[in-house]
Parts: sequence; structure tokens; C-alpha cells
Amino acid sequence: MTSYLARRILYGLLLMAGVVILNFFLIRLAPGDPAEVIAGEMGGATEEMLAQIRAAYGLDQPVLVQLGIYLGNMVQGDLGMSYFFDRPVSELIGARVWPTVLLVVTAQILAICIGTALGVFAARKPNGLLSGFVSVFATIGYAVPVFWTGIMLIILFASIIPVFPVEGMMDVRLRDAGWLTQTIDVLHHLALPAFTLAIIYLALYARLSRASMLEVLGADYIRTARAKGASERSVLFRHALRNASLPILTVAGLQMGSVVSGALLVETVFNWPGLGTLAFDAILRRDYPTMLGVLFFASALVVIANILTDLSYRLADPRLRGYPK
Amino acid sequence: MSETTAPELEKPAAAPEARSPLREAWGMFRRNIPALVGSALLLAIVIITLYGTFLYGGDPYDIVWAPHEPPLFTPEFPLGTDYLGRDLIAGLLTGGGPTLAVGAASAALTMIIGVTLGAVAGYFGGWVDSLLMRFTEFFQVLPALLFAMVLVTLFTPSLTMIAIAIGVVSWPQTARLTRAEFLKIRQLEYVTAARAIGAQDGRIMWRVILPNALPPLIVSATLTVGVAILFEAGLSFLGLGDPNTMSWGLMIGANRDYILEAWWPVTFPGLAIFLTVFAVSLIGDGLNDAFNPKLRER
Repeated sequence: MTSYLARRILYGLLLMAGVVILNFFLIRLAPGDPAEVIAGEMGGATEEMLAQIRAAYGLDQPVLVQLGIYLGNMVQGDLGMSYFFDRPVSELIGARVWPTVLLVVTAQILAICIGTALGVFAARKPNGLLSGFVSVFATIGYAVPVFWTGIMLIILFASIIPVFPVEGMMDVRLRDAGWLTQTIDVLHHLALPAFTLAIIYLALYARLSRASMLEVLGADYIRTARAKGASERSVLFRHALRNASLPILTVAGLQMGSVVSGALLVETVFNWPGLGTLAFDAILRRDYPTMLGVLFFASALVVIANILTDLSYRLADPRLRGYPK
Repeated sequence: MSETTAPELEKPAAAPEARSPLREAWGMFRRNIPALVGSALLLAIVIITLYGTFLYGGDPYDIVWAPHEPPLFTPEFPLGTDYLGRDLIAGLLTGGGPTLAVGAASAALTMIIGVTLGAVAGYFGGWVDSLLMRFTEFFQVLPALLFAMVLVTLFTPSLTMIAIAIGVVSWPQTARLTRAEFLKIRQLEYVTAARAIGAQDGRIMWRVILPNALPPLIVSATLTVGVAILFEAGLSFLGLGDPNTMSWGLMIGANRDYILEAWWPVTFPGLAIFLTVFAVSLIGDGLNDAFNPKLRER
């Protein structure tokens, strides 16, 4: 188990090194002088700044040496300088990672819990009303643009039923309030963005868990469980769902990149102060170091989520625990 | 690819005439009502997008009326006007073109990259497979929308660049699917037979295995079109599309600051995107059922 985890983490680090190398080449593939690209086209960099960048990135050295310097800087946590925000990129991102993590994790948990529950109950009657609803809902959920759902919810909740705040992460007036008040306020602000993001995946998980449950409910061990007199709830949740949950976990892991992408869009709609709004601001200002820094961190989130998914497999299925790979 | 190499191999590779699986699938598809509704809807959207502007005649950029005229208030502008006083119908009719074109082009690119890499990995196996699959996993780690945003910003934002960016970020799933199909089919007897009569790798891959791997790939291509349309809409919504081209996503993005004063300029383009992707996914589901009759009640 430990050696498996170590290997998994090492592979994750290799993937991240790949992202760094990709970033390095993206800067050089962009049209124009790399120093000016790094300074940002709208930053209005002075000749002095450009000289500073050339020295810091070793731009007068051979490309391989430049790559070495770049990798070295990244390993030390130096993601470069944002010339637009006039702050180190690592600092900018550090302030924005947690809101994104909070949004992504909440949305995934909401989607998995509600989606699976819908799927389980739909599977009890494969031709019932709920089953039909799950199928239709899944097709609709896949087809709605997530940013549009967000806007529709804002219109609904801002003017028609004003129960949820539609913008930002915390009320400015609560800056000096106690932590409990602040936490409740953040959760209150989180409700709409998290639900917006969860809808798409909720539909997906509902359909998937319905299919997976239907398959499992036909298995011999379910008949055995029923025959020995297990209650319907125990059959559904302890015998069937545990076996049906593996495909859901697999898909949840595979969807992580897409959830992070969706979160970036949802953030811009709700002005949620996470990596998405930062990336959007950076892109409008052509602030490349910040942009590439966000790409790096968002990829890191996906890598970490994938490792956690692998570990959760082992929790769900004891048969996998013995296998190193 | 291997067109010139072995003309004498034409006979064994040609499929026998019997009941073709494609015809069987068409029979199933024809009786699937949601899929037919989806096809009709998509056809209508394509026709409206192609000819609507000519028939309707309005310019989507012209300021023709007071801003934020609500729908159904003025007979000339049944869907109302946007924040500048531009006719929404004209915008909707023109805005579908780029969305559909980019959707189709990037889906085609996704399929070309994904099928090629997946086929090579699945057919050759071994280190080629490992290498290509690590490469695919690497691309799956990058959040697709963010990576596309970066690509579009680094290079010039044009419709072509957007289509390329979407294609470059969305091929991994297609590659995995193709690889899985190729791994399965390459062990079958007719592949061994083709190899025994001396067919070369390229010919086996593209003429023998690929046609038999097509059903799941066709379903996946359909769904890819839907995802690509949503992608294009997202990018234009963020203002990263071609600034000189009217599109549904751009209409939503341009009007988003005024949603509390006027709901209609963002609602209708969103409905248009939804209906298009909905139609595409109904077709995709129908094709899936048609190709896998046994899995119908999944």
C-alpha cells in the first residue's frame, strides 16, 4: 500500500514536471520575444524590466539551460512575477487556490451524493417515473451550458426569490465578525455556485449509478442477500451500492479535469474569488506568468484528485488492496 | 496510406453483402422517436443557421431600436433587443454559424487526433502503447477549458485557432476509446487472417480494424460535437472568441452585465445552445441504442 502510494505520487510529480515543460515551450511558441511575452504585452514593460527578465530566465543561454533554470525556479516555488499585479505569481495563486478547492469539492460531493441517491432509487423501478426522469434529466444536464445555468439562477435568486447571495464569497461587512458567522456566510455564498456546477455531474452520476445498480441488482449475491432475509435497505445500500459504486468513482476521477474547467466558468459568473477569476483577469491582461501559473496549479489539483480517487477505490473494494498496481 | 501497395488484396478485405450491421442499425435508429426528434431539430437548426440571415435580412450589429425592448412588445422585434438596441433575432440567426462550424471542425480534429493515436497505441501495444497512453494521461490532467483559453490567448483569437484549441484539448477520451476497441479487435480471427495473407500494418489498421471499430467511434464523434459546441460557447462567453464574429456565447457574454434589467438577451442565445446540444445528444443516444441493441436499457 505504502509503496503503491509512493509510486503513485512519483508519477504525479512526473506529470507535473510535464506541465512545467509544456508551459516553458508555450511561452516560446507564442509569437514575439519571450522576454516581452513574459512581461505581458499590455504591461508596458520598460527596457530595464526586460533586461531583468532576460537575466532571471537566462534567456541569452541555450534552450536546454533555460529549461533547467525554469524547472529549478519552479521546484523552489518561484512561478515568476506578475507584472500586471506587481506581485509574485505564487502569492497571487496561494490566495486563490482554496476558494476553488472549496467550490470543486463541494460540487463533486453534492453531485455524487444526490446523483447516486437518485440513481439508486431509479434502479428499484427500471421503468418507473423516476427512471424516466433520470434519463431525461441526464440528457438535459449534459446539454446546458454551465455558465448559462449560473446566469439563470442569478436571475431567479436575485430578483424573484432573493434567498441566496449571487456574487462573491463573503459579505464585506462581516470582515471583523467571528469565525462561525463568517463560515456560515461563506457557505451561504457557496450554495448557488456549487449547485450550478453540481447540476451537470449530478445528472451524469444519476444515470451512471442507475445503470450500475441495475447490473448489480441482477447478481447472484443480491439474491443470496434477499434469501437470507436482509432488509430491502440493507440489500440496496450495503450489498448493491457498495459494488455499484466503483464505476461511479472511476468516472468521478476521470471528470476531475472537466469539473475544474467548469469551476473556472462558474467562478467568473458568480465572481467567486478563485483560480478561475484570476485566470480570466490574467488572460484579459495578457499576464502570461499568472496564466501559466494557474494552468500549473489547476493541473496539480487534478493530479491530487486522481491519486485520492485511486485510494478511495481501495476503500470501496477490499479485493484491490492486495494489488500493488 | 497503403493505397498503392497491394491491389490484389482487395477481395479478402471487402465485406460480404449479407445483412450489413449499418443497415440493421439504421432500422433501429429509424424506430427511435427521441433520436428522430433530435435529428429533425438539428436539421432545422442547421437550415435556419444557413439560410435564416438571408431570409430575415437584419444585420445583427445594427442598432435598430431602443435598448432592452422586451420580447413580444414590438411587432418588428418579437424577441426584443439587447443592451445596445440590436435585434436579437438577427443575432440568433447569425450567431449559430460560427458555433456550429467550430463545433463540427473541432470535433473532426478531435476524432482525427484521437483515432490516430488510439489506433497506433492499441494496434502496436508494448512500449508504443505505454508511451502514447502516458502522453494521453498527461493531456487528461490539464483542465481542458483553461488550456484552450491559454492557447487561444497566446496565439491570435480566430475561429480557426479556437477550433484547433478545442481539438487539441479534447482528444484524450477518443484516443482511449479507440485504443480499447483496437486492443479487442486485433485478437480476432479475421485480423489474423488478414495478416496471414500478407496485409501490412497500415492496411490492417485502417481497412480491417477501423471499419469494425466504427460503431462506438460514431457515437463518440456525435457526443464530441456536443461538447465542442459547449466549449466554443464557453470561450466566446468569456470574450475569448473571435471579437469580430457574432456567436451565441458572445451574445450571452456581452449582455451578462445587464441580466437584472433584462433577462431575454441572455436567455434566448442560451436556449439556442441548449437546443443544439440537446439535439446532438439525442442523436448520439439513438445511435448508441442502434449499435448496441442488447444494452438498450442501460
